[in-house]
Amino acid sequence: MAANVDRDLALYLETLRKQRGDTVKIEDIGDIVRSLLTSLSGDVSAEDLRLYQEVEALAEYIHRAKAEIAALRPQEIHDQYIATATDELDAIVGATETATNAILDAAEKLEELAAELEPPLSQRLTEATTTVYEACNFQDITGQRITKVVRALKHIEARIESLVSAFAPEFRQAAPSAPTESAESKPSTDADLLNGPQLPEKAHDQASIDALFNNS
Amino acid sequence: MSVDKNMNVLIVDDYKTMLRIIRNLLRQLGFVNIDEATDGSMALQLLRGGTYGLVISDWNMEPMTGLQLLREVRADAKLKSIPFIMVTAESKSENVIAAKEAGVSNYIVKPFNAETLQAKMVSVLGEF
Repeated sequence: MAANVDRDLALYLETLRKQRGDTVKIEDIGDIVRSLLTSLSGDVSAEDLRLYQEVEALAEYIHRAKAEIAALRPQEIHDQYIATATDELDAIVGATETATNAILDAAEKLEELAAELEPPLSQRLTEATTTVYEACNFQDITGQRITKVVRALKHIEARIESLVSAFAPEFRQAAPSAPTESAESKPSTDADLLNGPQLPEKAHDQASIDALFNNS
Repeated sequence: MSVDKNMNVLIVDDYKTMLRIIRNLLRQLGFVNIDEATDGSMALQLLRGGTYGLVISDWNMEPMTGLQLLREVRADAKLKSIPFIMVTAESKSENVIAAKEAGVSNYIVKPFNAETLQAKMVSVLGEF
């Protein structure tokens, strides 16, 4: 009897190999197990059946998990949100650095003026500039903290990239991308107008705002 | 012995705004001969080519960190006795221990104020 089962199984496996090759997609495993079970004509033990059921349940579980991950649109998170977040953080560092240097310029000029004044006014002005110099320490610290956040985001980005490259075709089929922001897209609600500051390279300067304002 | 405020001071930081802040604070304390380097290897080159009375260095720099610079300074017969103050945002106890083991003269955590900078300089150089 057992020899009969083995021969049937061997024949069926040969058929499957011809139809599907040596690589089988995870979502196809359930179908294959099911058809295997229905095609077997010999003795199948209760343990065998339990094993097949477990394999089938496992395949379905993996299939559901992949569908759920695909619904999160990891490609979009990778391409749009994380990339935008790191750009915004870099812009924060750049803007605060520019502001800090402008503050330092002003403080240095005040210090030069202090040298031309009589005490105690000169002393008080110098003390005030010292406080400005001390306060400008913040830029270095915030820059370093933001760098740490960017590093964390890049780590997440790399993980998502691995996930996407492993399952890319299925993810692309499974979930359509959310509409992306484009020059042509029109805001439909007031909330759509609340996008916060634009990155420097994307922002309109005052001259182009004036032109837009005067021409619209 | 009083501190010679004309001595050369080397400040090392990869962040130019911080170099500017420290330079201004040192100038307010009366130190006028201040050189700058943006990483450890540049600092080492300046130190080997000149005579310095104090090094004030950041830790987190590339390619040579402040800790590596400190080790190089302490291993160099000509430079090993130069007072070396680490000014850094690295505030974990293992950082302080590592810097002490490498021979740092004092340790300032960012953000710092002028009073702290002066106090640490006095502890390293003596009253000025």
